[in-house]
Amino acid sequence: MSEAVKFHFDVDGSDFSSAGAASVMVKKKLRQLGYPPEVIRKVSIAMYEGEINMVIHANGGTADVEVYDNEIVIILSDKGPGIPNIELAMQEGYSTARDNIRNLGFGAGMGLPNMKKYTDSMEIDTRIGEGTTITMRVSL
Amino acid sequence: MKISEIRDLLDAEVLCGADQLDREVTSACCSDMMSDVLAYVKDQGVLLTGLVNAQVIRTANMMDMHCVVFVRSKNPTEDMIELAEECGITVMSSRLRAYVACGVLWQAGLTSDTEDCDV
Repeated sequence: MSEAVKFHFDVDGSDFSSAGAASVMVKKKLRQLGYPPEVIRKVSIAMYEGEINMVIHANGGTADVEVYDNEIVIILSDKGPGIPNIELAMQEGYSTARDNIRNLGFGAGMGLPNMKKYTDSMEIDTRIGEGTTITMRVSL
Repeated sequence: MKISEIRDLLDAEVLCGADQLDREVTSACCSDMMSDVLAYVKDQGVLLTGLVNAQVIRTANMMDMHCVVFVRSKNPTEDMIELAEECGITVMSSRLRAYVACGVLWQAGLTSDTEDCDV
């Protein structure tokens, strides 16, 4: 088994205009590594949704992407307020985003459901007042 | 349909990616809600929108789109143009409103290919 290729990004929560920049970078790198377009699309959309969520709800955080022989793992970690009700947050259309976020084209309550849809597994580890870590896996 | 035909039909100004006007696209979508584009759209070559921010370009990039059309004469910033160039996306601006622009393209044969609901 060859060594994993790893990417690490700090996601700036103070500037919405840069939200999604890490995902664009990951997409570019996976293309350079020659992965199939469908895999790249799944990884980059799931990461993009998560990155936007971190900026909207948690004032940023970190994004790590680890590329193994059999899967790509995306780990998004923040020190935000946590998710009080995961079941509710997973419902399509449920959102706690403010109107100013909707004016920017997001906050339709599709982020988490979309992240689950585009990945083969998704685990949410959240603690109120401490933060959230989301681990997503896409099989190769 | 070639991207150059979209430019002609919408009487649009090409702001970047003029070297890719020969690219073929088979469907399009229109939304100001990038969340919906990410959730419901698949295999669209063109995104028409009245929203102007960097996430429009990034969303188009995530969805492997070839072209973004800003309607109602909206103009993207220099940063957005630069990002679109990096991502290989053609960007244009049309004076037409979204509803009219969609109608023109649909009538010319460029339809939609969405999952579950229309955007």
